[in-house]
Amino acid sequence: MLDLRYYMAQRLSAMVMGPLVLGHLAVMIYAIQGGLSSAEILSRTQGSIAWFLFYGAFVVAVSIHAAIGLRVIVHEVTGLAGRWLEVFTWGTGAALLFMGARAVLAVTMP
Amino acid sequence: MEVAVWRGSGDRGAYQTFSVPAHDNQTVLDVVSWIQQAVDPSLTYRYACRVGMCGSCAMMVNGQPRWTCRTHVKRVLADGRLQIGPLRNLPVIKDLVADMDPFFDKWVKAGGVHKPSRTREEPIQEVSPDDPGRVVANTAIECINCSVCYAACDTVAGNPDYLGPAALQRAWTLYNDVKVQDRQSVLDAVTGTGGCMNCHSQGSCTRFCPNELDPLSAIAGLKRAAARSFLKGRG
Repeated sequence: MLDLRYYMAQRLSAMVMGPLVLGHLAVMIYAIQGGLSSAEILSRTQGSIAWFLFYGAFVVAVSIHAAIGLRVIVHEVTGLAGRWLEVFTWGTGAALLFMGARAVLAVTMP
Repeated sequence: MEVAVWRGSGDRGAYQTFSVPAHDNQTVLDVVSWIQQAVDPSLTYRYACRVGMCGSCAMMVNGQPRWTCRTHVKRVLADGRLQIGPLRNLPVIKDLVADMDPFFDKWVKAGGVHKPSRTREEPIQEVSPDDPGRVVANTAIECINCSVCYAACDTVAGNPDYLGPAALQRAWTLYNDVKVQDRQSVLDAVTGTGGCMNCHSQGSCTRFCPNELDPLSAIAGLKRAAARSFLKGRG
């Protein structure tokens, strides 16, 4: 059910997510110290290639990591296997990527 | 004491309760044998050596897998009761006898057969007991194939293709055996869809192994070796 490629994809995406989560939390805590409105946040993120790459990388990593994690849970709990398990895995990844990409584009596109 | 014993074959069956005289020194296998000899000769169970060497007599005792010949009743008795069933995660043949075929089939599938790197015409390869690989391999060679780890494993319960702790520990032994030259083939056998990567590191195998072996660490070793192999482009 979990071959070496899926396993490595999940581990490597976790390695990408780790520092990005810490970076996100650190910036959040730093940014709200003096009070910060949504408009002020968007003025900093919109048009920023750096924030697009930062959150874009996070969304890609989450899509890969969560899709494989849910694949394992669904297989072990429901017994789903074969082609439908592949459809579930790739469908979940694509849905997360789509939703995440929409959010990233909304806050980083000028 | 009250002893509930699983009776039935295949998927069908139920627990049948027997009253068994308690003794100071009494193993769970003694209890099963007493029922079979004194009450119901049709009770089916499996044992051989009675001293913890053959791995035949493992059963579920009060919900946990144990080698029954070395498990004293006093240690596992709960409120004066015992519940004894066939090993988990394996098909039941009859009563307390589980079908061990899936367990041993996976042992073979995981490449458990030793493939020598020298022929009989060549001199015997010397192996130093201090060789680091040999030291690691030695940690797992006391496995008696009792399937207690396999019955304890929740990953096997949820994922029937998973090779299981014993077979993977055997592969880790071969991977570290200095006499095995084709290590990549060992890794290839345990990195398929039911391979070592499916382990959730819950550790029930190590917790329940009656010989106090550590399949959990062996599987972790296989995962590290597989990841290194993948990053070198051999996955």
